[in-house]
Amino acid sequence: MIPLTHMMALSSAIFAIGVAGMLIRRNILIMFMSIELMLNAVNLSFIALGTELGSMEGQAIVFFAMTVAAAEAAVGLAIIIASFRNRETVHADDLTMLRW
Amino acid sequence: MQSGLFWFLATLAILSALGVVVQRNPIHCLLSLVVTLLTIGVLFIAEGALVVGFLQIIVYAGAIMVLFLFVIWLLNLPLESGPAGPIALKFLGSVAAAALVAETLVFVLPPSLQVKLTVPPPGYGSIDALAEKLFSEYLVAFEVTSVLLLAAVVGAVALARRMPALSAEGRAAPAQAAAQTERA
Amino acid sequence: MTIDLVIGAIEAIAMIVLALNLAVLLLWFDRKGSALIQDRVGANRANITGLGARLGLPNFGLINTAIADPVKMFTKEDFIPAGADKLLHTIAPFLALFPVMITFVVIPFGDTITIGGHTFQLQAANLNVGVLYLLATVGVGVYGIALAGWASNNRWSLLGAVRATAQMISYEIAMGLAIIAVVIAYGTLDLQEICRAQGGVWFGWLPRWGIFVQPVGFLLLLTAGLAESKRVPFDLPETESELIQGYFTEYSGGKQAVFMLTDLAEHTMIVMLLVTFFFGGWQVPWIFGGALHIPGVHAIVLNHILVSVLGIVAFLVKVVLLSLFLGSLRWTLPRFRYDQLMRLGWKGLVPLGLANVLVTAFVVVLGGGAQ
Repeated sequence: MIPLTHMMALSSAIFAIGVAGMLIRRNILIMFMSIELMLNAVNLSFIALGTELGSMEGQAIVFFAMTVAAAEAAVGLAIIIASFRNRETVHADDLTMLRW
Repeated sequence: MQSGLFWFLATLAILSALGVVVQRNPIHCLLSLVVTLLTIGVLFIAEGALVVGFLQIIVYAGAIMVLFLFVIWLLNLPLESGPAGPIALKFLGSVAAAALVAETLVFVLPPSLQVKLTVPPPGYGSIDALAEKLFSEYLVAFEVTSVLLLAAVVGAVALARRMPALSAEGRAAPAQAAAQTERA
Repeated sequence: MTIDLVIGAIEAIAMIVLALNLAVLLLWFDRKGSALIQDRVGANRANITGLGARLGLPNFGLINTAIADPVKMFTKEDFIPAGADKLLHTIAPFLALFPVMITFVVIPFGDTITIGGHTFQLQAANLNVGVLYLLATVGVGVYGIALAGWASNNRWSLLGAVRATAQMISYEIAMGLAIIAVVIAYGTLDLQEICRAQGGVWFGWLPRWGIFVQPVGFLLLLTAGLAESKRVPFDLPETESELIQGYFTEYSGGKQAVFMLTDLAEHTMIVMLLVTFFFGGWQVPWIFGGALHIPGVHAIVLNHILVSVLGIVAFLVKVVLLSLFLGSLRWTLPRFRYDQLMRLGWKGLVPLGLANVLVTAFVVVLGGGAQ
């Protein structure tokens, strides 16, 4: 059995790496990948807690989180493609049209 | 053996997650992310969640990442050249992330959370148990998720296709101009 | 516990070695067997000191296929094109081969066997979610192809890789739907249980094979599996006339051998899946419950070990026959064009698969639970 604290520590570490990716990188696709990292870290903590409590709720929630992440990835990537067609850049600092 | 497996997987997951964030070539970042997702899937399986672990590998590492790969190909991204933004930004970002980890560990590590080491009930993580949860308690969420996926597919196709109206106009204009010059 | 692990490891290695040998058999059939089908001579030049010719035997092409070709391939110069991503170019063949090879460990090649009082399973890894494991490995197998094409710095390789990847992920869905219908019919995700459920007979003479339970599923898995392994009429990504050699244009020597091995091993994997789901796996047609039931006549009780060994032999015979049959499809059907291929996958197989799942689910529920 893997102790719960170890899994939670790992989950928070991966989450923090995802946050760092979002803050540091300016390429939209890599920022999107960091979002996926954060989602997976949270899924990991759900499963760990579910096993700790012996309940299947954790796995059901992860099932739905995975599905929603898939839908979000599809739509997000479509948005990136559409935005790239108009502006020819994936550098987040160049997308300033909505800035006042 | 369990703890050795965990330390190996944990190290692999953290190294590949760092690889996602640090590397310059988007395809290398994508591959690091695939390794991270596979490792997390294996961690799910090690925790006893067999079905969800394999679903993670099938859906996330096998399908969503291929979608990312196609988009990277489509956009034909060049290598990122030079540091993106000032170095101070990177430093502050790393400090913020480290602070986040430290803060979370404060809540996670204290002895009150430590180790009941309970053994899950038999049939835990099997597809019967998952199906029982999904089709009784979470039935509405299940059905709504299917509608959500449909909406996502339709939305993605609608967003990502080339607008036909503009190109038809573009083609029609020279044709009209040619017809007018012929008549004139 | 430990002895189970050791036995499992030995069985896993045995299955992988078996798969490699079947791949070489298929390679021989591709070269010399096709020559026999097409009434031409085929490969007949390689020999060892002319021994066979002195004995008056015709050249069966075995030395050519099994010894000369591999030696030629592995001694060719290993070449990484200029401007290619060195790391990805080097690991891509192995990324393509690995998921295919690890699929073989969940395929059961016999029932339990009891030697010296200890019973062990004739299946390397007894997962109770074996079907999900199969779908997972098939899904991960896409990356090797994709990276091979992209890392070659060659636009035809990239085109071949894009086509191959799109083809593979499209037909994964059809494959998954076919397998789901089988899982609904048998009520379990465990491959060994699915094989066990195919023992026995109906009406006293018809073996309870999966192909009678799921005929549409068989055709679906056959088509989708062939498309998934990029063989037979679906080998557009690697055609010579269209894309030079598609995604493995820039590979020579040992790495090309690994790609070809991946191709053949995937074919073998699909054949083993078909045999497990639809042809009873290791079930010998009229042997069940430890006895041979000749239809219409009395039953003959057989020794346990004999039954297990007969099971292994039956599995091998079925796999070899089906493998050669699918291999001969290559010389029968013309190649699909890319848009025809995509249309078949999305507009033909996926709706058919969904309808199959629906009908199967209705029959199972109305028939009162899974068999």
